[in-house]
Parts: sequence; structure tokens; C-alpha cells
Amino acid sequence: MSLSRKQRRMWLVVLAGLGLGTATALTLTAFQDNLVFFLAPSDIATKNPGPDRAFRLGGLVEAGSLQRRQTSDGRPEALFRVTDGPVTVPVSYVGVLPDLFREGQGVVTLGKLGADGQFRASEVLARHDETYMPPEVADALKRSGHWDPSKGAAPPAASWNTLTPGQPAAPERSGG
Amino acid sequence: MSSTPPAPRPAPRSASLSAASPRAGGGLHRFANPGRFLRMTERVLPWLWAAAGLVLAVGAAWALVFSPPDWQQGETVRIMYVHVPMAWLAMGGYLGLAIASLMSLIWRHPLADLAARELSPVGAMVTALCLATGSLWGRPMWGTWWAWDARMTSVLVLFFLWVGHAALVRAFDEEERGARAAAILALIGAVNLPVIKWSVDWFNTLHQSASVTRVAAPGLHVDILYPLLTCALGFSLAFAALVLARVRAAVMEKRLRQLQLAQARQNDTRRNEVAG
Repeated sequence: MSLSRKQRRMWLVVLAGLGLGTATALTLTAFQDNLVFFLAPSDIATKNPGPDRAFRLGGLVEAGSLQRRQTSDGRPEALFRVTDGPVTVPVSYVGVLPDLFREGQGVVTLGKLGADGQFRASEVLARHDETYMPPEVADALKRSGHWDPSKGAAPPAASWNTLTPGQPAAPERSGG
Repeated sequence: MSSTPPAPRPAPRSASLSAASPRAGGGLHRFANPGRFLRMTERVLPWLWAAAGLVLAVGAAWALVFSPPDWQQGETVRIMYVHVPMAWLAMGGYLGLAIASLMSLIWRHPLADLAARELSPVGAMVTALCLATGSLWGRPMWGTWWAWDARMTSVLVLFFLWVGHAALVRAFDEEERGARAAAILALIGAVNLPVIKWSVDWFNTLHQSASVTRVAAPGLHVDILYPLLTCALGFSLAFAALVLARVRAAVMEKRLRQLQLAQARQNDTRRNEVAG
């Protein structure tokens, strides 16, 4: 079988691409455990980072777990629990929380796990999920009892992403 | 109209021979002729600029004034109307670069080299804008300018690939060698595209998963989704117009250089004749 120069170049590129793709896929699979940005509470038991190692703990802020108080030198302190369902870890953090922080919100905290099981965070980042909705729609969902933001994620998007909460009594919403 | 279709005119022998060149590669070589490219884009480009301006004006007004704020992010969500189109263009543009590089390596398409060369500075710019707007958005919402999670790190790698391509393609005295080396770099870098796209699903990241392109319904309310899509269309048209204008300029620059070279040679021989 004789190949033209073009065909030879094409096969060369295809073969190189296959090799490169396989190598990348294998590398990413091998490093998948190391490429995590944070550990979930249920990962701690299996991965066991140790008491003196700083790591990131990520999960949802459990509903009803947030307490705010002041330290003896007058700085704000927050106590809350981070959960991923089966396992819950108590977290303490001294400092200003990000704007998006609330119960039911995803957070990523950097800190160390004490021997008493308390996670002492030096940094708290808020995650947000991939849903975006106007305040009126969120209010309508909350009022109708379809959604409690402190309990978890919004209901399936198909049920609200074309929702128009404007009642006849309510003034017309701005925008299209 | 007669019911019998006109018989196909038998092509003269000479024409069938000369027709072999534009027809040989099917649609591929239709745009290979730089002269035809210049004539075609001269007609298309003003319309492209006008469409980009119009769609962007509508999109900007819709996104910045008429669309509602997000229930938890407030007005900050409006950064999305720039950030997301820039991210899409950074990746879509790179896909275009990879295709141009493939055509340059396999078929030695004369315009593909120029397109790749002119694409990379614009691609680097939109990727930089994606990173900058993401940083400005991350600080108030997440509480940090930057995090080394898989999504952000892979987009930073994409930025370096764009910049590296733009530098490499201009690093050789011999243009062809620069184009070849840069094309190979662009194709190797293409493995980064699926990594970026699915990084938020494969690894746990600070960045949230995709809102628009997901199997379930888009996670955006239509009052936020439609202005986003309008802005994305507007930025894409502007991106296309910018790249086409750059390629046009590059074609004309190349022709000018060839003309100057020819003229210099002619002057040289004339001087030699006078001297000899």
C-alpha cells in the first residue's frame, strides 16, 4: 500500500494525537486523587490527612448550625458544621466570612483538624452552584415551599427557569 | 422554463485541466486562493462589524440594565455577561487554531498558516480577559482572587499556550519553520480543551459546573440566559471580524513584501546592467 505525502502526514498526526490523548488520559487518571481542591467530610476517614497537616475541607454548611460570636479580643468568630450527607465536621473560623456564606451554601475551608475533631479554619471560601435566578423567582419558590435554600440545592431548573412570578397585583418586572 | 433540463456543457480540455486545482480538494481549496479571500472578505467584513456592533449594543443594554440581578449574587452576576463569552471564545478560538494547524500541517493550506498566526494574539487577549474578569468576580463571591483548582489552572495553561503560540510563530527568520513549529505546539495543546471543559466534573473544584451546556435544562433563568447568549453572539461576531481583518492585513502585507522584493531585484539587475 502506497500512501501519498498528504495521507502519510495525516496518519502521522492521527497516531501522534492518539498517543498524546492516551498519555494525558492515563496521567489524569493516575493523578485524579491528587488533583482534588478539597476533601469532603467523608473523605477524611479514608484519606486521614493527620492532625498537623493543613488541608481544604469542602461541603455544605449544615442548616441551623451557624453561630456567630466574638473572640476575647473582639474579632468575629463563626462556628458551623460542614456536611456532605453521611459525615459532618464542626468548623471554627475567626475572621470575616465571604458575602455568599450562608446555611445550605457550599464552602471550602482551609485549616487543620484538631485531635478533638474540631476543624480550625484559617480561610473560608464560598462556592456557589451553577444556578442563576432573579430574586423574585427565588422568593416565589421559597414562598410556595418548593425550596429552602438552607436545606440544599434549588429544584430542577426546568421547573423554574421560565417561571414568571409576576402576579396581576404585582407591578410588571423590568426587562425582557 | 422548459421541462427538459439543459444538457451539461462539455468542458473544454484545457478548462478541465485548469479546473483540477480549485476543485481537487473539494470545499477546502475554495478559500485557498488569497486573492479570492481578499475579495470575499472585503464584502463580508463591513457587515460582520455592523452585526457585531448591533448585537453587542443590544446585549450590553440587556445584560447591564434590563436583566434582573441574581437572588444571591446581586448585581455582581453581571460580570458573567463578559466572563462566560470570553471563556467560550478562548476555547472555541483555540479549537479554530487547532483546525488551522491541522490544515497547515497536512494540506499545507497557504491561508491556514496566516490564520493561525493572526488568531493567537486575539485568543491570548480573550483568555486574559476571561482570567481577569473571573478574578474580579471570585474576590467578592468566593472570597479569593485566585485558587489553584483544576478549572482555573487549566485555563491559565490555555493562556500560556496562546502566548507561546504567538511567540513561537514569530520566532524564526524563516516563516515556514515558525508556522510548522507553532502548528505542532497548537495541536499538542489541544489536549487541554477537554480538560478545561470537564475539569469541573472530573475533579472537585472551587469553580461551579457548567450552567448552560448541561444535560438537564440550563440552570439559568431565561431572563439571565437570553442576554448571556446575546452577549456571547455579539462577542463572537466581534472576534471573527477582528481575526478576519488581521488575516486580510497579513495577506496584503505579504503581497506588499513580495512586490517590494521583486522591485528590488529588478532595480538590482538594472543597476548591474548599467555597471556592466
